[in-house]
Amino acid sequence: MKEQVLLGDEAVALGAVHAGLTAAYAYPGTPSTEITEFLIRYKERYGSPHAAWCANEKTAFEEALGVSMVGRRALVSMKHVGLNVAADPLMNSALLSIEGGLVVAVADDPGMHSSQNEQDSRFYADFAHLPCLEPTDQQEAYEMTREAFELSEWYRTPVIIRLVTRLAHSRAVVHLSNPVEERPLRKTTNRAGWILLPANARKQWQSLLDRENDLQERSDNSPVNHLDLNKADKSLGVITTGIARNYYFENLDDLSCKPSHLHIGMYPPPLDKMRKLAAHVNTLLILEEGYPLLERQIRGLLPRAKGDLVIHGKMDGTVPAAGELTPDIVRKSLGLEIPQGIRIDGLPLATRPPQLCAGCPHCDTYNALTHAMEGLEQSVVTADIGCYTLGALPPYSTIESCVCMGASIGMAKGASEAGYRPAVAMIGDSTFLHSGITPLIDAAAGNTDMTLVILDNETTAMTGGQDPLIPSSRLEQIVLGVGVDPNHFHVLPAHPKKVDQLAGILRTEMEHKGLSVVIAVRECIETAKRKKATAAATANR
Amino acid sequence: MRCDIVLAGVGGQGVLSISAIIAAAALEEGLYVKQSEVHGMSQRGGAVQAHLRISDSPIGSDLIPRSRATMILSMEPMESLRYLEFLSPDGTLITASKPVLNIERYPDLDQVLDSIRRLPYSILVDADRLARESGAARSTNMVMVGAAAGLLPIEPAVIERFILKKFRNKGEKVVEINLKAFRAGMEAAVCAPT
Repeated sequence: MKEQVLLGDEAVALGAVHAGLTAAYAYPGTPSTEITEFLIRYKERYGSPHAAWCANEKTAFEEALGVSMVGRRALVSMKHVGLNVAADPLMNSALLSIEGGLVVAVADDPGMHSSQNEQDSRFYADFAHLPCLEPTDQQEAYEMTREAFELSEWYRTPVIIRLVTRLAHSRAVVHLSNPVEERPLRKTTNRAGWILLPANARKQWQSLLDRENDLQERSDNSPVNHLDLNKADKSLGVITTGIARNYYFENLDDLSCKPSHLHIGMYPPPLDKMRKLAAHVNTLLILEEGYPLLERQIRGLLPRAKGDLVIHGKMDGTVPAAGELTPDIVRKSLGLEIPQGIRIDGLPLATRPPQLCAGCPHCDTYNALTHAMEGLEQSVVTADIGCYTLGALPPYSTIESCVCMGASIGMAKGASEAGYRPAVAMIGDSTFLHSGITPLIDAAAGNTDMTLVILDNETTAMTGGQDPLIPSSRLEQIVLGVGVDPNHFHVLPAHPKKVDQLAGILRTEMEHKGLSVVIAVRECIETAKRKKATAAATANR
Repeated sequence: MRCDIVLAGVGGQGVLSISAIIAAAALEEGLYVKQSEVHGMSQRGGAVQAHLRISDSPIGSDLIPRSRATMILSMEPMESLRYLEFLSPDGTLITASKPVLNIERYPDLDQVLDSIRRLPYSILVDADRLARESGAARSTNMVMVGAAAGLLPIEPAVIERFILKKFRNKGEKVVEINLKAFRAGMEAAVCAPT
């Protein structure tokens, strides 16, 4: 059997390829980006399957749906907050009669290493009534992705694969199995299963509810939901999900008595196995990476009687509710001592937050903005998701919001209409294409008194520099196309030599009573460097 | 046999490439490897860490528990101290001595270096100078791989083979510089007072 060293993300990607994948779609987002990067490299090398970045997670999801509709297998991947953007197709596709397997790979970021929240995608699976598989390691990421396509076609439903940062971005050897062929083109013959008119949707919804029992049974019989009862000792039972099992195993040898253990890798959760474990033990410890999904279900609502099962987890504070799990947190929850480790006193270490690279075009834009705002009595600067969010930190400390993709534009409009002006929105080129055009239409429709600055670095920089979907020179046509007044639209280089000019234009436009748009453009220096290096390497060959 | 390494440095210093070279060489030796890294926001000139676990038996956690690391291998002196709680009492801290001063409140450098020297087992390497002497400042991370080599469960020849593989595309001169840097690091670690 062949083996390969893969990131968790890459194991999902290769699992999909070996499952006969036809097409993969995504919008970049840490920690999911490497799934699609792997597939794009794979396509460049071998010609197929199709793999492409999309404008956002919703369009990616819908493109994958089209592949499924004509009978072929599709993968759509995103970070956890991307699933909010794709929530509309996700919730509705649950009611479809999926034809070609459709797998939704979502990478959560507990601990918020590179995200604005730590939402747990298993709740989306539960909400949409979709099966969800949660690997513990790279090998399972590979195998479960293959399994997910089978499940998807068997139950005619999208299937979610849930990863977390520590698996997505950790590398290990994966043993590969034989690939299967791509599915033939075969458009669905079940029209009612794809046209969600109310009359059809009611039937589809009922059949979705009816299949719940089958899925439940599958989950109880699944080898990834493994129950191991310690017949000799009934004191403690442990439930683990996902990578919590790794941390549990890391500490297991130090326990004097081995607890009964249920690991859950497939949802809906295996209720019979959970009941069996609960009936066998006096105390239950629930270790979940993410929100307490199982714990809430197991605890229920009603108070417990004396002598009932004692439950420990995130809801009673045994495990911290916020942040990611670690081997040490799990160790403590098992009642084991944590060694102190080496400490030095009297030397406070300075924090070293991320910052904009030296020579970054955003620095010039922020310098210009700072000049432009000098002497203003009041102003509000909303911003968005990307490298330029670092404008929140010194030496700039300019921006005042970062919420979700595209929010800067809508929020500036709202602030202006509430009476707080000048209102300035800062957004990157990729974020603008993702979710910025629609709020710009809102602002153009009412000629809102606000200034939009598009920081165009011609790439999606924060996630490693993915090429723009369309040449960023076309941003101009988009802006003018939605009806922005050409007299209040400017395109300028973001360059140290142009800071004063940019500042002057920004000030004038902030004072203008109406909508204005300024594009500050210069290629990301990291991307430019990489292109130069690639060109040099090609020339050497 | 277990070898747990916390790698540390500042975004852009090549922490992940050090991890990748050691991991590839360990796999070549038939060992189990888990290599955990953090991408995205934390790469932009901020503190960066990676965990690398090497063992002759299967590895559970991708993350190293507190007080278990055999080694802290750092590209920057203050960053080496940030993860001290992970270091086992008999573990070794190996760090490049040149600071990255991209922040305002960097502590007194002498105090930082002194704290490192006072640890039970530590090796300070003037990696920047050794890299320049090898032919390119950019080979600093190979100096640090060399400095760690004596404490790794991997034959140095195997690591050298991976350095060759990694830089082959960039021409013979680059390979030579990096091999030289690796060997300079090895020598510096052997000669360092601990």
